Amino acid sequence: MLKIEDLHVSVDNRPILNGIDLEVEEGETHILLGPNGGGKTTLLMSILGMPRYEVTQGHIFFKGQDITNMSLDERARLGIGMMFQKPPAVRGVKLAQIADIAAHARGNNIPVAAVAEKLNLEEHLDRDLNYGFSGGELKRSELLQLVCQNPELVLLDEPESGVDMDNISLIGNMINELLRKDKVKGRKVSGIIVTHTGYILEYVNADKGHILIDGKIVCSGGARDIFDEVRLHGFGRCQQCQ
Amino acid sequence: MSIGLSYEEDLKAKAKNAINKKAAYGEDIDLSMFEEPDEEETVDELSKLPREIQEAAIASGIDPTEASRSGSFMQLDHTVIYKNIQKAYGDKLEIMDINDAMARYPEIREKYWWRAVKVDQDKYTAFSELHPVHGYFIRVFAGQKVDKPIQSCLMLQENARVQNVHNIIIVEEGAEAQVISGCTLTPQVENGLHLGISEFFVEKNAKLTFTMIHNWAPEFHVRPRSAALVDDNGVFINNYVLLKPVRSIQSFPSARLIGENSTAAFNSILYGLGDSDIDVGSKIILEGKGSSGQAVSRAIVNDSSKIYARGALESVQDDSKAHLDCRGILMSPKGMMYAVPELLSRAPGSYLSHEAAIGPIAEEEVEYLMSRGLTKDEAVSLITRGFMDVKILGLPKMLEDYISKMIEATQKESM
Repeated sequence: MLKIEDLHVSVDNRPILNGIDLEVEEGETHILLGPNGGGKTTLLMSILGMPRYEVTQGHIFFKGQDITNMSLDERARLGIGMMFQKPPAVRGVKLAQIADIAAHARGNNIPVAAVAEKLNLEEHLDRDLNYGFSGGELKRSELLQLVCQNPELVLLDEPESGVDMDNISLIGNMINELLRKDKVKGRKVSGIIVTHTGYILEYVNADKGHILIDGKIVCSGGARDIFDEVRLHGFGRCQQCQ
Repeated sequence: MSIGLSYEEDLKAKAKNAINKKAAYGEDIDLSMFEEPDEEETVDELSKLPREIQEAAIASGIDPTEASRSGSFMQLDHTVIYKNIQKAYGDKLEIMDINDAMARYPEIREKYWWRAVKVDQDKYTAFSELHPVHGYFIRVFAGQKVDKPIQSCLMLQENARVQNVHNIIIVEEGAEAQVISGCTLTPQVENGLHLGISEFFVEKNAKLTFTMIHNWAPEFHVRPRSAALVDDNGVFINNYVLLKPVRSIQSFPSARLIGENSTAAFNSILYGLGDSDIDVGSKIILEGKGSSGQAVSRAIVNDSSKIYARGALESVQDDSKAHLDCRGILMSPKGMMYAVPELLSRAPGSYLSHEAAIGPIAEEEVEYLMSRGLTKDEAVSLITRGFMDVKILGLPKMLEDYISKMIEATQKESM
């Protein structure tokens, strides 16, 4: 599904990723852990194709196609979707508008109202996109858009950050559904999740985990093993390992 | 009679004195450059007008079938070619040529004529008084709620002419009405001048929503002069939509809220295209106890256009409040936008406020929408369409949808 080879990425001419190799198979979910500034968000943004993130070396392949130089919107239309950690507010554009566009793109036919109901967002549909939304509402707005987009590769940037305990199970279950539902149809969805707290692992059965430090993957293994290692020992042993 | 003559003489004298008085804002227009238009034939149905005239009218919000309107008025060049009130509304309102109205109701001249707008405001008001005019007289009778909009269309089909109109709308006590006024040109008109005097009188407990849609040409000049007087509990909503290029337009309509708890809202949607020089403002004067107002402006500056978005709030009443909200998007490095909010208070208890912002379309927002699969053009279009939010106009859904489609068409043409 996704293959990354020797990826180097700079932001504003400052190198952030320094040679990432990563492969995510169809239907697999990987988690990314690492200290702040290690490059986790940069890796997701680079896969997504955000213009600020300049690939200086290496390649990104998605569904066998080299997408390294492909534009952001082309990648989205190819099946890559992102749940942003801090999405911007877009005044004048309604949540319903963008959800509806995504729900009917790429041959999708997703019932927006039903998804909004599941996420307790019915009353937010006519509001300006993300404008004045609380932390939990922002995450649910992101999930609504993502479910409507129906991507094959789901990138989740700290989906549990800023979310209260009431919202976390709702969000966790929805993410689990997002990652699993296409298995039912025989089409496999893959995911990469950046997480600090690991709460999301209570809802999502992740396959593999990676630790990113200073723009490099320094350790990989089973998701739970990697998370337990970090929970018990922090990133200190990873740095020694590096 | 002698009082009437003296009022008229006084108006003429003031107009003569002001005939060379430059307007406070906007390019000074040489009025001698334009001839007066010819007379035209009247018609008995709007739908019988030539196709290009109908199309131009439709583009400025006019429904030639009249199915969705309570009444219609149309002036082509210098002739009132059509006026009609739908049967169901015959006892609710009247629509007349302003000259016929003053002949039938002589009291109009002293009671309303130049009572909201000053005859000697500038050379354009003076010219209008000193030259033959037409225009509409619309009166909604006391207590009548007119649920379908009244439409008026002022159109020019000749080059290098000055169209000179003077309109009066009276909404009597407890009445409600919406007027949609389309001012436009046939496709062959390249240059000319439109002078439009409009005086609005909103009586006690009455409500008037006046929506003006302008469709001009790249070499055409426009100088509207409008003002409203609003009585106790009266509501005046003034909407202005400009989506086509114009050589220059300068307009600064005002509302004097003289009645207790009277309110006014000015909303404008401006799209600067080509070399358009657009200077549009609104002024709310708070005089009545409990009066309040709001002026909202949304402007997009494209190409080499210039937009001056002015807003003025003036208060002499302690128990009053008003707010200005002006936002602009500068899409072209050759364009210019100047937001000019002015607050003037002579009443310690009055609260006046404003917010103004001019900026580009945020790249972050465009990229965010692109990450959902929209192309860059689609994302920019969605954002600008949302920015030009027609809901601010407070119109019925049918008109709202109509103006939304016009904005969409303008965006497609400009991208």
